[in-house]
This record gives sequence, structure tokens and C-alpha cells, in this order.
Amino acid sequence: MKKTYAIEVDCANCANKMEQAAKNTEGVKDANVNFMALKMKVEFNEGADEKAVMKNVLKACRKVEPDCEIEF
Amino acid sequence: MNRKQKKVLTRVIIALVLLVAVSVIDRFAEPAWYVQLILYLLPYFVIGYDILIKAFKGIINGQVLDENFLMAVATVGAMALGEYREGSAVMLFYQIGELFQSIAVGKSRKNIAALMDIRPDCAFVETDDGVEECDPDDVEIGSIIVVKPGEKIPIDGEIIEGDTTLNTAALTGESMPVDAIRGDAVQSGSINLTSPIRVRTTKPFGESTVSKILELVESSGERKSKSENFITKFARYYTPAVCISALLLGLGVPLVRVLSGSSAMLGEWVSRALTFLVISCPCALVISIPLSFFAAIGGAGSEGILIKGSNFIETLSKTKYVVFDKTGTMTKGVFEVVGIHHSMIEEEKLLELAAIAEQSSNHPIAKSIVKACRSLPDSSRLTRVSELAGEGICAVIDGADVFVGNDKLMKRAGAQLQECHSAGTIIHIARGSEYLGHIVVADVLKKDAPEAVKKLYEAGVSQTVMLTGDGERAAEAAAKELGIDKLYSRLLPEDKVARVEELLAQKPAGSSLAFVGDGINDAPVLTRADIGIAMGALGSDAAIEAADVVLMDDNPLKISKAIRLSRRCMRIVYENIVFAIGIKLICLALGALGIANMWIAIFADVGVMVLAVLNAVRMLKREK
Repeated sequence: MKKTYAIEVDCANCANKMEQAAKNTEGVKDANVNFMALKMKVEFNEGADEKAVMKNVLKACRKVEPDCEIEF
Repeated sequence: MNRKQKKVLTRVIIALVLLVAVSVIDRFAEPAWYVQLILYLLPYFVIGYDILIKAFKGIINGQVLDENFLMAVATVGAMALGEYREGSAVMLFYQIGELFQSIAVGKSRKNIAALMDIRPDCAFVETDDGVEECDPDDVEIGSIIVVKPGEKIPIDGEIIEGDTTLNTAALTGESMPVDAIRGDAVQSGSINLTSPIRVRTTKPFGESTVSKILELVESSGERKSKSENFITKFARYYTPAVCISALLLGLGVPLVRVLSGSSAMLGEWVSRALTFLVISCPCALVISIPLSFFAAIGGAGSEGILIKGSNFIETLSKTKYVVFDKTGTMTKGVFEVVGIHHSMIEEEKLLELAAIAEQSSNHPIAKSIVKACRSLPDSSRLTRVSELAGEGICAVIDGADVFVGNDKLMKRAGAQLQECHSAGTIIHIARGSEYLGHIVVADVLKKDAPEAVKKLYEAGVSQTVMLTGDGERAAEAAAKELGIDKLYSRLLPEDKVARVEELLAQKPAGSSLAFVGDGINDAPVLTRADIGIAMGALGSDAAIEAADVVLMDDNPLKISKAIRLSRRCMRIVYENIVFAIGIKLICLALGALGIANMWIAIFADVGVMVLAVLNAVRMLKREK
């Protein structure tokens, strides 16, 4: 399952770090952050609970960039 | 400016006023050092509190070495060295730079979004209680929607009432309005110009043209180009490397000096190390490259060229070989009457005779003859008609036997035919055994096709090849007119793949081969080529799937345009890479030598970034 979320982040390098953080979150198969479009595309593992995973993704992203926001 | 940016702007102004005031007091009153420190800390905290908080959070989360951390260390360090004014000023200028950068990025983001502003906001659906406004997402297939002049068509469908003209510029980049009448299929994203129409939707919104285009553009960032990956990797190693160098510079050098017996000059070296840190921020690099690609994809999209990812821009820019499919790509893909020869009667009469005989046939050649006939064929003159498969048509017109077909049919009729040497399909006509003449029907080249090939050479393509299933004669004529280098005719679809593979093996390393097809039967070749370009793919799912670049209209001129655009984009990308890395390295060297101060450091960080962004945004400018 693939989903796209709107994100808020100020700098391009931070967006890259968010992508890394999301990729390393459990339940996420692949993640992609488009800084110019301010979109995060997440591919979930089979049977993963989207809401719960996204909560962890946000938490991981906040760690690398305290200012960021993901709408889900 | 958004709210966040306005807030920063207010803080910048307050801090600036405070800093000037404090400097004046400092100059004339010359207070004790601790009074100075406290005074300078006022503007420092006003402008830098969020940076300090973020830096602190970063340390807790194990994220040392980010931008905030670097700024915090640099400014706190400056304060510790007694450079109070430098400390607060650097923080202030850093924030001004960040603000400027955020405005620049926001602006280019808006520009790109405006290029792709084709998403309809609402659809007007006919229901039992009149017309209702609703979200395009909620409209079911088969619903009737009403589109007034000036509105965007929200969902793909078919006109069931009303004749109008449409502006399809947002989809095809073609500014000429297109006529659309009842029964025509219309694509979402076109703007209705002249009169209201009623449209029966044939697709849900999610599968409509608009959604597909937006999806393509938005997900284009996923396919990263080599240069993008290079920069991401570079940034990952670069920051730690710079930080270690800074540490060596600030502590290592004084240590060595002490050991070798000279004075440590700790303050001087620590200050150099701090400058070093401020210079090191990788943002300019990291943003300018994807931004250039994104702007290129957006700019291309507004001209009706959809590029599926930035990796394809890179490949496209190296195109040296262009291989075309003939039918539908360089030709119109429909038959047209191109000549009437050896006619024993008036040419118009001959055409009319053929049209009357062929009027009920569904064959594309028959249709082209009927279309070429200026008057509508008078069916009352026709009394009997029969079709002979593989030969043609026998009809009784005005009481006489008329034969319309190939040489076999002429033999059957006993007519003495005239050979024809034109390229195309020859339709002979005989009345009884009397030969009347023949009509040449051929698939004609698109108007812009020869120009398109010429433009390809101008764009730096070294060889053009045409593949076709047609016979030699027609293919050769077309290739000659187009000015194409190499021709392979009479190919079956699988032969096309084999030929492309041959060419792929021949081409020099570092160049790429583009295949241009009409996308419907060329899918295997489109995927096999380095870059697959589908033409006139509006509405064809197979093409959008298989191709890497989709040209929304049928115009072959767009091929060279896409190549030129990709070259321009790559030039900007390389410029930015060299420029950003170059300036940074120079500033780092100057910083280490003690020539560059904090001010230059701030320029190296923010100035380079803003310049790189402005350079990238050039991609949005349309080429003439």
C-alpha cells in the first residue's frame, strides 16, 4: 500500500533526513520525500497499521527535524 | 510571505534595531565587559532563541552536526572569545539569509505549482433536482456534467450536447483552440471556451487525464538522477568531514603549535574553526539540484512534455540516436488521397465514381477516398455493390459495371491497367473493361515532421533511424523526405525490438538511444530503449505506462524541444554543483587560512544557496 502525505519542512537537507528517518521506521517498506512538492510518499509493509506506523514516522522525523509536520 | 516568515521578519527588525542601539551605547559609553555581554545578548536571544532551542533538542536526539548546532556553536564560541558583537550579528545575518532563502524557495514552489495548475476544484453534476456542485472525486462514471464557457473540464468524458472550442494548452502546450462537437471525447484539464456543453463522464476523476498528469509530476521526484544521488551522498559525508576538520583546526593546530614551542594562539584558531563550521552547511547543494530538476519537469509539463523522473532528464540529455516508428509518429496514421493519375475522365468524376462504389465500405482506404470526394456520393446512382476480398469492389453505377480495386481486380475485369510508380497504395478504376485511371492513397507525413528531424540534428543528435512495418517503397519515400539516415522496412513488432537492441549495442558509451513511437503497439520497444518517448499519448494508458517521456500532442517537433530542455536542465545542474561546491571549498580554505571571517562564512552558506536557487529557477523560463 502506498500513500502520499503533505508535509511541512523548511530546509532541503532536513527533508532528506526525514526521508532517511521514515525509511528506517518499522512497517515502512520505502519512503520518499519531495521537498519541492512538500509531499512524503510512504509504501507500507504488508499488513502494517497505517496510522500507527505514521505516528512512529512522525516521531522519528521530529527527532531529526523538530520543526517538521506530517499531515495524516 | 507566510505567517512564519512574517514572524521571522519582525524578529529580524527588532534584533537589528537592538543591535544598532547596543553598538552605539558600546561605542560611546564603553561599559565593563559583562555589561557589554548582557547588552549584546538581548538582540542575540531575540533573533536566535529558536536556533538555540533546536540545537539543544538536536543534541538530546543525537543529531549533532545539523545546521542549528553549527550556528549555536559558532555564535556561542564567538561570545566566549569576547567577540560579542560578531556573535549576535552572525546570528542575525544567518536568520536574514534563512528568511531570504525560504522566500525564494516558496516563490519558486509557487511558480512551479502555477505551471501545473490544472486540478479542477469542482464539477457541476446534473441530478434530478437540477445541477449540483460537487467534488470531482465523488462523480461516478456515466454521470452528466455541465461545463460552462471559461470553466475547466473536471473529468474525462464524451460531449453529449453542445458544440464548442476547447483550450487544451494546459495539457498539450498547444495554444491553438481545438473544436469539439457532440460525440467527441474530451480530456479533463481542457478549458471550455465558447459555449456550454454537457459531458457524460467515461472515467472516475482518479483515472482522468488531469489526475494522471499530476500524479506523474508529483511522483517524478522518486526516480532520482545520478547527480541527485551523488549530492545526497556527498552531503552525508561532507558535514562530518568538515566538522572533524574544524575540530582539528580549532584544537589540533594550537596543540601542535604548543608542542613545537610557539604560542598556541588558541583564540585565533578557534575562531577560524567556528568560521569553518558556518561555511560548511550543505543546504545550497542539497536543494539546488532537485529544484533544478523539479523546475525542468514543471516547465516541460506546461509545454505538453511529461517527463517521468529526473533520471530521464539525465538520459534524455545524452541522446545521440533517435529511432522513430513511422506510422502515427512521423505520419498522420490515416490514409489520404495523394494523387490521381492517368485519368481518362475528369479527375473529380473519377474520384466521385470511386467514392460512390466505396461509400459503404469500412476499410480505411475506402474512407479516405470518400473523404477526398468533395461532393457527398450520390447513393441513388448505385444499384448493386459487392466486395471481393483482397481485390476490391464491383459496383453497378448508372447502370454500368464499375470495378474499384487492385491489379488482380483489373485482370478480372479485363481492363488494361497503367502501372504507377508512386509510393502508396494504388486503387485502379475501370468501367466495364475500359480502364479509367487510378487513385494513389498514402499515409501522409505530419506537417512538422521534416522540420522536426532537422531540429534534432541541430539539437546534437548524431543519427536518426526509422523503423516501419510498411513496404520499402513507401518507407523510402518517407525517409527521403524526412532526411532520415537509416531505414528498416517491413518489420514485424518483434523485429523492431531486435533492431533497437542492435542499435543499442552499437552506440558509443555515454550516449543514449531514444525511441519515439505512438505508444499503442510500440510498448515493448518503448521499454527496451534507453528512453522511450510516446507521442500523442493523451488518453492512451499503455503509452503512459511504457514510456519515460510522454508528448501530449502529436507534434514531432516536441522531441527536439524535450532534448534541448533536458540539456539546459543538466547544464544548470552541473553549474550549480560546481558553483556550490567550488565556492564552499574556496571559502573553507580561506577560513582555514584566517582570511575569511564570519561575514564571508554567512555568504558562503546562505548567499550561495540563494544564487543556486535563482539559477535553478531559470528552468521555468520558456524557451522561444
